[in-house]
Amino acid sequence: MSYVGDVATLARKDLLLELRAKETLPAMVIFVVASLTIFHFALPTGSGEVAAKGMLWVALVFTALLGLNRAFVAEREQGVMDALVLAPTDRSAIWAAKSIAVLAYLVAAEVVALPAFALFFSGLDGATVAAVALADIGICTVGTLLGAMAVAARARELVLPLLFLPLAIPIVVGGVGASVGEGPRFLLFLALYDAIFALVAWASFEYVVVET
Amino acid sequence: MSVVTRRPDYDGRVTANRLPLIAGATVAAMAAAIALVFFYAPEDADQGLSQRIFYFHVPLALTAYACFGWGAWKALRHLWKRVDGADLESYVAIHQGVIFGALTLLTGSIWARISWGVWWSWSEDQLVMFLVLFLFYCAYFMLRFSLDAGPARANICAVYALFGVVLIPISFLAIRLSKQFIHPVVFTRAGPQMTDSQFVTFCVALFAMLALFATLYSVELAGKRLDARLRELRELLA
Repeated sequence: MSYVGDVATLARKDLLLELRAKETLPAMVIFVVASLTIFHFALPTGSGEVAAKGMLWVALVFTALLGLNRAFVAEREQGVMDALVLAPTDRSAIWAAKSIAVLAYLVAAEVVALPAFALFFSGLDGATVAAVALADIGICTVGTLLGAMAVAARARELVLPLLFLPLAIPIVVGGVGASVGEGPRFLLFLALYDAIFALVAWASFEYVVVET
Repeated sequence: MSVVTRRPDYDGRVTANRLPLIAGATVAAMAAAIALVFFYAPEDADQGLSQRIFYFHVPLALTAYACFGWGAWKALRHLWKRVDGADLESYVAIHQGVIFGALTLLTGSIWARISWGVWWSWSEDQLVMFLVLFLFYCAYFMLRFSLDAGPARANICAVYALFGVVLIPISFLAIRLSKQFIHPVVFTRAGPQMTDSQFVTFCVALFAMLALFATLYSVELAGKRLDARLRELRELLA
């Protein structure tokens, strides 16, 4: 089978599993709406829409973390990872498929979160939506690789946020920059981040899942 | 007794123990640097005595970058060529880097307090940059100590260390994009903006700091290797 075929099959497996078990996505949707509600009360009256946009990015990054924490748990608990590594395919296909699945959950959660944000706060503009789309790619590619690392660790739910947040700082800088004004420069930066980290994650995933 | 003694290496090869030599050079260079900083370098017209912290602060920062770079290089060697012991060397270099990084944050903060009147300034690129790197490499330790020792840990830590050197330019760009700029830029495209005596002092201080890193690196590595060998022997006996 071709590489694309392998990725599609693996991603289909994840999405089908989620469709039947509904373990991750409902939690992400409820979490993001609850966070936006919290932020409404956390921001003092009159702190304006710029502050609210910053909060949107905080909500998105933490929601993504929720999904990433679950990403490889099934594989780990059911011992699927060993079978996947034995499968006659390039190991990076596992990473690509998982990134696509996590991206699908995140986008689905945002389909609820962004209108909710527009409703609760100050509306949305095109630059913000474009920045969210670009940031999602970066979050999922980097986050999936880190998720595969953290799932091997003892305190996995504790380790993943620590690994992920420093790497998410440039995403937040780019995202907030794009949504509060100077759009194109920051969108370009997000695209650059996506390209570089996707390449590094794609190249290095093999070492994370193989023992020697 | 000669300064260069011979000892068996980790894999049984006999190599020269250069530690006494490096340590001696470090002490000499550090003494020279301190003497130059306080007695040779001219007093800054603007900032007075406080400017002299520059000769420690900037070499500390550059040495921390060198540590992280060296750690990533060893990580690459581990993943690519499967060099024995490269994982341990990568860890030790990053450990030293975090120590130098913490000192950079500390000296930077002191300098900022004296020269700008604040302990912390978000509009100062280098300080924010070091905070990001510091958080990143602290997570490295959390990751490392939460995994069981073995080839899987070595691989995962090496990949994370490589992410660090990719993160450095990306965060630098991000911070540049997001902030206005008040950090004094000493090194510009037109060459260093220093007088000759300042530049000499700076170079000696930088050399001393790098030598200090080399010494600490060798000491920690020797200890860690001894620890590993001891564990091996204990397992053989058990």
